[in-house]
Amino acid sequence: MTALLPRRGLAQVLALIVILAIDRIVSPQFFDLRLQEGRLFGSLIDVLNRGTPVALLTLGMVLVIATRGIDLSVGAVMAISGAIAASLADSHGLPIVLAAALGAGLVCGLWNGFLVAVLGMQPIVATLILMVAGRGIAQLITEGRIVTFSSPDLVWLGNGSVLGLPVPVVIALGMLILTAAVVRGSALGLLIEATGGNARASELAGVGTRAMILSVYVWCGVCAALAGVIAAADIMGADANNAGLWLELDAILAVVIGGTSLFGGRFSLVLAVLGALIIQTMNTGILLSGYPPEFNLLVKAVVVLAVLLLQSPKLSGFAGIAMRLRRTKA
Amino acid sequence: MKGLPPVLITAIVLVAGFALCAMQFPNIASTRVLGNLLTDNAFLGIVATGMTFVIISGGIDLSVGSVIGFTTVFVALAIERWGVPPLVAFVAILALSAAFGAAMGVVIHVFDLPPFIVTLAGMFLARGASFLLSTESVPITAPVYSTVSDFALRMPGGGRLTAIAIIMLVIVIGGALLLRLTRFGANVYALGGSRTTASLMGVAVGKMTIKIYMLSSLLAGIAGIVFSFYTSAGYSLSAVGVELDSIAAVVIGGTLLTGGQGSVIGTFLGVLIQGLIQTYINFDGTLSSWWTKIATGVLLFAFIALQQGLVALARRPVVKSAGAAS
Repeated sequence: MTALLPRRGLAQVLALIVILAIDRIVSPQFFDLRLQEGRLFGSLIDVLNRGTPVALLTLGMVLVIATRGIDLSVGAVMAISGAIAASLADSHGLPIVLAAALGAGLVCGLWNGFLVAVLGMQPIVATLILMVAGRGIAQLITEGRIVTFSSPDLVWLGNGSVLGLPVPVVIALGMLILTAAVVRGSALGLLIEATGGNARASELAGVGTRAMILSVYVWCGVCAALAGVIAAADIMGADANNAGLWLELDAILAVVIGGTSLFGGRFSLVLAVLGALIIQTMNTGILLSGYPPEFNLLVKAVVVLAVLLLQSPKLSGFAGIAMRLRRTKA
Repeated sequence: MKGLPPVLITAIVLVAGFALCAMQFPNIASTRVLGNLLTDNAFLGIVATGMTFVIISGGIDLSVGSVIGFTTVFVALAIERWGVPPLVAFVAILALSAAFGAAMGVVIHVFDLPPFIVTLAGMFLARGASFLLSTESVPITAPVYSTVSDFALRMPGGGRLTAIAIIMLVIVIGGALLLRLTRFGANVYALGGSRTTASLMGVAVGKMTIKIYMLSSLLAGIAGIVFSFYTSAGYSLSAVGVELDSIAAVVIGGTLLTGGQGSVIGTFLGVLIQGLIQTYINFDGTLSSWWTKIATGVLLFAFIALQQGLVALARRPVVKSAGAAS
């Protein structure tokens, strides 16, 4: 198997390179970077910057999916945290704004985790509740208006730069490192994979599966809240109707592209974030090519289908049989 | 499962909600409001009927909203731009939707993939295809449309039972009969109960899966035609999020999301409850429409928690006296 399918992640890296190459053909200036006022500009930086919200969602989503769950509410949580951040931004300091917005994400995550881990609901159903009601709650916070703000601190979170890189990118990178350190630096990642692989067996082996499931949903909520704050800071306002709309689907897609199975078990944080970048590179490429952005959906559909078919247990079954046949012939 | 069946609870919630609304706004209790309720939710009722079959069989169909959107655009373009007679356009789009659903069923069955993600791809595909056809709203001026829109049966009290409301009622009743009285319906329940058991009992699982998704997409196509009658236009962004509304209606109607239990009548009541919330908000005038979402979310939670409790109760006696389990 290792000879046929080399190291994990090669497919994703190759896919990213191919899409980057196509983008280069479509737009010759794609790889141009220039330094202006101490900040890098260019299509590549743009891809990273625009990809940040989905990448952050992906960090939480990949853990949830690894436990065999799914979180449909992340888009709605983004809307809620964005609404809170925008309404508090001009009257309170940044620490309070961040604490309130991320706290809201934590509460949302606790709610989802409670429904799934304690009440034993199906994850799709449990998170559907917040997906439906969450946007209503966000509307309630903004009173149905688009709330704008001018607090320089919060705006810096969306538009500032550190060492030439946009702040959102730095935050996403920091979160990736933090998540990876916590999950892979300890046995936590293994326990999460065990929970997703076989919850009952893990429970019997002494894994606190309920605590695992609860904590991944909480983390997913916090990541979504952070993505919501950044999205609000980026446009200097909160639009409860459209903030994070359909991003839950992009995040799930990114995780699937990153090779994590929807049936739980093994996961890879880095590959999932790579999946988010692949999606964003595609989006940017379509925008640059001058095709209407509506093509995005069609291209995405084709990509999802292709990735799914590659992951399909049946197909890998066929591949296994084919390999065995080849081996017996040789 | 003993005690109150979920459908009855849904019915009680609907009646109690209606009584509360009628106490505050006596005008709600009129056939005019009832007629509007049925007309405004006709497309939702049709699509939720299909969703009921899918969910009882243990699946889910996220593509229905996009199929409605595609249908409205296709029908509008076919009639207005390509000069196709409306009836031919209807037949063509229904065949197309059925084929689309069948294709999703094939992918789900043959490659053994989760319905959630396959129909998600279907959702992107259908929405993307409708954007490709047209991104503008295309008005439909064909005479059939004004004839159908003007047609209505007078109800006592001045209410109008419109053509699309009648279509919805016929489909709901037809769906209920199909689910309750036919072998197809029994197989749907069997699949939702346990795929393996169903297959061992001789149900052709593959064929059934394909047929169920075909039915759902076909009904989404009909809902799309009804939607185009309702708005007299085709627009690629129409019916965004309808898949969520219809799933919510199915759940509120007492269908178990894990499959195996549920009814079309319950779903119909679930659609009416959502319509009632919307009507109440319209009557009130000061409440904003986002309260609909919050109220739907609260109801969703209440019904799912209730199901969870019922299932837990139903399981308990089985352990105690295995012989008495039915």
